[in-house]
This record gives sequence, structure tokens and C-alpha cells, in this order.
Amino acid sequence: MSFLIGKEMSAGYGGSDILHTCTIGVEQGEIAVVVGPNGAGKSTAMKAVFGMLPLRKGSVLMGDKDITHLKPQERVRYGMGFVPQNNNVFTSLTVQENLEMGAFIRRDDFSDTLTQVFDLFPVLKEKRSQAAGELSGGQRQQVAVGRALMTQPQVLMLDEPTAGVSPIVMDELFDRIIEIARSGIAILMVEQNAKQALSIADKGYVLVQGSNRYTDTGSALLANPNVRKAFLGG
Amino acid sequence: MTDFLNVLALLSNFAIVPGLAYGSQLALGALGVTLVYGVLRFSNFAHGETMSFGAMATILVTWALQARGISLGPLPTALLALPVGIAITIGLCLVTDRLVYRYYRQEKTQPVTYLIVSVGLMFLLGGLIRFIIGPNDQVFNDGTRFILKAGTFKAMTGLDQGLAIKTSQSITVVTAVIIVCVLFWFLNKTRAGKSMRAYSDNEDLALLSGINPERVVMVTWIITGALACIAGTLYGLDKSYKPFTFLQLLLPIFASAIVGGIGNPFGAIAGGFVIAFSELFVTFAYKKVLAYLLPSGFAPDGLVQLLSTDYKFAVSFMILVIVLLIKPTGLFSGRTL
Repeated sequence: MSFLIGKEMSAGYGGSDILHTCTIGVEQGEIAVVVGPNGAGKSTAMKAVFGMLPLRKGSVLMGDKDITHLKPQERVRYGMGFVPQNNNVFTSLTVQENLEMGAFIRRDDFSDTLTQVFDLFPVLKEKRSQAAGELSGGQRQQVAVGRALMTQPQVLMLDEPTAGVSPIVMDELFDRIIEIARSGIAILMVEQNAKQALSIADKGYVLVQGSNRYTDTGSALLANPNVRKAFLGG
Repeated sequence: MTDFLNVLALLSNFAIVPGLAYGSQLALGALGVTLVYGVLRFSNFAHGETMSFGAMATILVTWALQARGISLGPLPTALLALPVGIAITIGLCLVTDRLVYRYYRQEKTQPVTYLIVSVGLMFLLGGLIRFIIGPNDQVFNDGTRFILKAGTFKAMTGLDQGLAIKTSQSITVVTAVIIVCVLFWFLNKTRAGKSMRAYSDNEDLALLSGINPERVVMVTWIITGALACIAGTLYGLDKSYKPFTFLQLLLPIFASAIVGGIGNPFGAIAGGFVIAFSELFVTFAYKKVLAYLLPSGFAPDGLVQLLSTDYKFAVSFMILVIVLLIKPTGLFSGRTL
């Protein structure tokens, strides 16, 4: 039983289901990666776990507590952080204000967390008084991840954190993500760059048409000839 | 040299000083429109009547104070009544939000529906105001009328042209400066203000950050109500209070907000002054100015007025059209606070 698990979820927009009894989960301090072809329902699965999409069947459990009926905002208070794929920063606010807004629900002094985020992403400290909309794609992603970390979540969910960034920046981001996981946070993420993502993953889920096709450790999936041939380009 | 100073005094008296006051009033009005647009994402056509309602509330309280013989000496008694007026206007905004707008928010209605709803509210408020205070002109300005009289200025400087500064004009400008400073401090430095900007920037992400939208909306209405009441009262003090004028004032106010970039508070202020000065300079009669500047005998016979003052609202309309054609986002690109 994983720390956070979306169990046998069925959900969709409008009448038909996109997810069919799909299960994804992650342990504390581990990285779980969801991969699959376009339209496999990866982002939908993330939204379902975060409560942005009502489940028709199945449940979401965190630390053995059923959180299926919590609204996304309530899940944030419950210790979940979510970085959406698009529009994931406040473009007209400065970097520092973005991070402060991330800590909005905290009434205590969050300067320690702010320092931690600046240590993790030093470039953000340099650009703290610049508007987030003026930053490069990679730096924006760092702001987005930093914002989600400000609540000190137990689970961090990332929807394609490396979308639209250069390969060098991508490696850098993956390094940071490993660092975050080492601090004990569970990381559940969707990735287009399946090979690299699986290579850092403790657990991998291959989704096809809204259902689990393969579920294994990251390295086992990378070694699996069927997975390689069908999803990783040989 | 004396001619030049005379021209300067003439322009100051009839265009620059009134323009500063009128611009401040428009800026305060446009700030309210822009805040509502930035946070609630609709053009609030009821804002003019909200200003009128605020002014009316202040006038009623002023009368009550005057009846008890309370006054502020040289300053208008209305300043003393203003806080009460503000509280009443905020109450009005919160009640209308609760009774009207909240329903449409929960229904996630399109902005155009909101707009129509606000037009309905505008007529309702207009009727309510005329029902309470009547459609006539109300003069409620007391205290000293001028801080600088034209005659005093002439005697002081020895110029032919006088320069008068009304108490209400200086109060308007000073109040506007204070209000704008407080507003910007609030938006940029406080937690609630930043959350308002964040919500205006990216509603979904604001929800993910745990920002409570109902609270942001409430704070927005509180600020809008306060701004509307102050703007309406200052306008009433400076000119006179007549319920009908606020319907006409809606055009220059919206023009100000749009010219500056609707949703952008800084733009609303800049837009307010652009519209105010354009209106005054286009409808200004340049005859006397030319008489001073041209050699004697060349002075024009006509008024040399680009547009009659009756058409002053056409100026806002023209500027609005030009801006929408050339730079639809406004001088300072709008959308977010």
C-alpha cells in the first residue's frame, strides 16, 4: 500500500470515461513516474488524484486516509502540492511574491522554507524581485516547483515539469527533483521524456488508453523489451 | 514676458487646476472599475451609480451633522461625514454582491451576462437614489470656498489674469494622492493585497495556493465601495451633486480605465488624467491666449474653441475609439492588477 494512491480510478470529462480503473501511487521519499503515449490519460490521472476531476469509480488514499471527497484546496492543506503543466506561475508577480503566495495557507513564519527553496534553486534568489513572467522557461518551472514546495507538502505532484525546456535545463531540473525526493517528499510526476524520467524513477507506470499497461520499478521498465520497443523508441 | 505669464495664469485657472481635480476624480472612479474588472472579470456599469450612492450617503450624513451645528471650520463638513458614507457604500457593494453577483459567480456565468446584470443594477440604483434624495441639484459644500481667490492672485502678482484655487479642488487632489498611495501599498505589500493580485493574474493557480476566492472578492468590493464613495463625494463637492450626472460620468470613467489598460491600477490613474486634460484642452476657448501671444490687431474674433463644452463627452469617446483602434490593450497593458 503506497503512501499516496489513486486506486482503480475511473473518470472523464462529459459522458465518457478517459481513465478506466487506473491505479497510480507513490511512497514517501520516492519518485513515481507516469509515462505513456499522447492521449493516454496521464494528465487526467494526475488531475483525478488531485481532485480536480470527480471520480466515477475508485478512491484516493493518502496515508491510509480516504481523501476522495476533498476539494483540491483542501488537499493542499492536507499536504499535497501540485504543479500544473501550463500557467503554473503568477506572471505579473515577482519571484518572491510567487513563493509567498505558495505559502498563503501558512500562518507561521515561512522564511526558513523560503531559504530552503532559494538554496535548492539559487537562480531564483538572484531574480527574486523580477516578475516571474520575464523569466526563461526553465526558471519559470523552478518558480512553479518552488511555489508548490512552500507549503512543505508531503507529496509533490508535477505535470510535465520539463515541458518546453532545453535538455541541459531538463537534466538540472531532474537533479533538483531527486534532491527534493531525498528530503522525504513523495514525488508523483508525468513526463514526456520517458527514458530519462524512468531512469530516476523508483516506480514507473505505463498508461495506455486510460488503463495501466505496465507497472514496475523504473529500471525494470527500462529493461523490459516490450516497453522499450513500444514506448521508448527501441 | 507679462503676456506669457498671463497666458500661464489663464491656462492654469481654466484648464490645469480644474484638470488636476477632475483627473483625480476620474482616476478614483476608474480605479474602482479596474479593480472589479481585474478580479471579477467584468465591466461594472453600476459603478457610476455606486459613486452617486456613496455621495448621496455622505450628503445625508453631512446634513445630519450640519443640523446639529457640527462643522469642520474652513473644511467642508462632508469630510467628517465621508467615513460613514464609505461604510454605507461598502455595505451596499457587499449586499449587491451577496444578492446578485454571487449567484452568477457560482453559476460561472459569462462576463457578458455579468455586464448586463450590472446594467440592471445601475438602473435600480439610479432609481433608488432619485427616490431617496430626488433628482435635483444638491449643494452640500460648506466651509471656505477658495484657498486662493482670483482677486488676491491679481493683487499678489500684478497680472491681468486671475488664478483661483477652490478648496474642493485642493482637497480632491490631496485625497486622491493619499488614497492612491494607500491602495498601492495595500496591493504590493500586504498579504491580502498580494493575494488579490495573484487571483487576478491566475485564478486556478490561486486556488491551488489555497487563496479563498470569496475572500478576495469581498476585499475587492470593500475597496471598490470605498473608492466609489470617495470619488463620488469629491466630484459632488467640486461641482455639485446631481444624480443624473453620474450616468454621464460613466463614459469618461470607462474611457479612463480602458485608455490606461483596464485591469491595471496605474493605467487607471494615467487614463484619468489623459481624459480630463483632453476634455478641458479640447473645449478650452483659446481666444484670450491668442490675444496675448499674437501681435496686437491679430487677435481672433471667434472663441477659437475646438469643440463646444456641450460636446465634452465626445472627447472621451474619441479617445476611447482611437485607443481601441491603435492599442486595444491601453497605454499600460492591462488585464491583471
